[in-house]
Amino acid sequence: MAAAIHINQLCKTYGKLQALRSVDLDIQQGEFFGLLGPNGAGKTTLISTLAGLTRADSGSASILGFDVQRDYREARRQLGVVPQELVFDPFFTVRELLRIQSGYFGIRRNDDWIDEVLANLDLTDKADTNMRKLSGGMKRRVLVAQALVHRPPVIVLDEPTAGVDVELRQTLWRFVRDLNQQGHTVVLTTHYLEEAENLCGRIAMLKQGRIVALDTTSNLLSQFSRQTLKLRLRDGAQLPPALAARGQMTPSGAFSIALNDLDEVESVLHVLHEAGARVEDMELAKPDLEEVFVSVMHEAG
Amino acid sequence: MGLGFRTLLYKELLRFWKVGFQTVAAPVLTAMLYLLIFSHVLEAHVKVYDEIAYTAFLVPGLIMMSVLQNAFANSSSSLIQSKVTGNIIFVLLPPLSYREFFAAYVLASVGRGLVVGGGVWLVTLWFVDLHYSHPLWILAFAILGGMMMGALGMVAGIWADKFDQLAAFQNFIIMPLTFLSGVFYSIHSLPEFWQGVSHWNPVFYLIDGFRYGFFGRGDVSPWLGLGVVALCTALFSVVTLYVLQRGYKLRG
Repeated sequence: MAAAIHINQLCKTYGKLQALRSVDLDIQQGEFFGLLGPNGAGKTTLISTLAGLTRADSGSASILGFDVQRDYREARRQLGVVPQELVFDPFFTVRELLRIQSGYFGIRRNDDWIDEVLANLDLTDKADTNMRKLSGGMKRRVLVAQALVHRPPVIVLDEPTAGVDVELRQTLWRFVRDLNQQGHTVVLTTHYLEEAENLCGRIAMLKQGRIVALDTTSNLLSQFSRQTLKLRLRDGAQLPPALAARGQMTPSGAFSIALNDLDEVESVLHVLHEAGARVEDMELAKPDLEEVFVSVMHEAG
Repeated sequence: MGLGFRTLLYKELLRFWKVGFQTVAAPVLTAMLYLLIFSHVLEAHVKVYDEIAYTAFLVPGLIMMSVLQNAFANSSSSLIQSKVTGNIIFVLLPPLSYREFFAAYVLASVGRGLVVGGGVWLVTLWFVDLHYSHPLWILAFAILGGMMMGALGMVAGIWADKFDQLAAFQNFIIMPLTFLSGVFYSIHSLPEFWQGVSHWNPVFYLIDGFRYGFFGRGDVSPWLGLGVVALCTALFSVVTLYVLQRGYKLRG
């Protein structure tokens, strides 16, 4: 079975900037994959190369076995891209636009699928509205619909939730999750690490054009991040000396203590008890992707 | 050429048709103003080829000028608008070949040129009785002219990063070439030197050949004109196709 996306030693330079430095990456069919990294890490360049919007200097990329340059027609049929920028064509209504986009992909009479996509994105009542008259969030939904008109097996969403309200975010993720469950491969870039953590089975982190971490989300979380015990002591008491070195005070006056494993909770409580400190509030914080992200980016120098 | 090409052509035609007031009615009005002013000033004083009234002489020139300017405007403005607003990606993401891309934009340009040219022709029917000596020549030059300017418009639209660069291309290249091509005069009325210069202007052959279709006479043979125009159209097309194939400024 061909990989949904196969990237082999991809390099791209813009003037002096090395946007991609020999990137290798395989994404299997059916995955929900996250592509994370700070601004300028090369995420959009990578996506543009897959979509044929940018030509790599060297290396190759293929979608479901079709080379994005040599077999560009087939490769592009397999791929649906939701671009990062909120772009739209002001001359047309939503339905006209989706019909035209279907036609570009060689699909005639696509209205059944168009209606389904519109319904799933809560756009049905906007179908005959001109693009110019839609709000930013509605335009974002249309971008998603446009990327899906040709039922692409591989869907790439480049920061689809940047500046988007909660309702749309939920609608969008419900729909994309459904698509993923139906077998579509989904690749997502986002700066909302919580989203990536909840949605993605596997994650690659990019920095300065290189992949600096690549693993399943759960491995990344357990590998890089420890659990944290958050405590608030009664009467504003300080941590006893035995714990002071390990604890950090948060701005609200609580303390957080990093744990190597859960057994340590007991010993921490024991020390507190011995010192006569009384716990007012306590919470066990699970590792989150943000910590992993920060530590990976830091380690990668 | 498949459905993708036909859809892109349809979309490009629909694009200008939807704003027809600006893309069709406005240039027809402009041509009308030229006709009213120049014919008012010159009708009594100028006869061309000793027998053709100035207004009758002027009309084919105005029609052709409208065809050319609007064909250029269509492809160039569509591309620069799409580039500046970013919605160019909607035509770059689908599986369209660079040949289909080229053909759709150029044919849409021909379409707009013919619609505007046809509009000017219809309106001028009130003012002059035209003869149609060789309708096929009329059609051939109108279509070739639209293609030539459509291709040139594509190059300009792809090259320009900003609207003012495109405006410069239009004002400093297209306008002088069309105004100095014999739209308003026969080059035989020019000093010899300027007649010679005019022969280096491909638009001159378009206007002259087009006019030949109406009156059966021109400044040069229509076959020569056809050759020059076909050559220029081929040249601009090859340049455009090369630019598209390389992805210059469109696929970074």
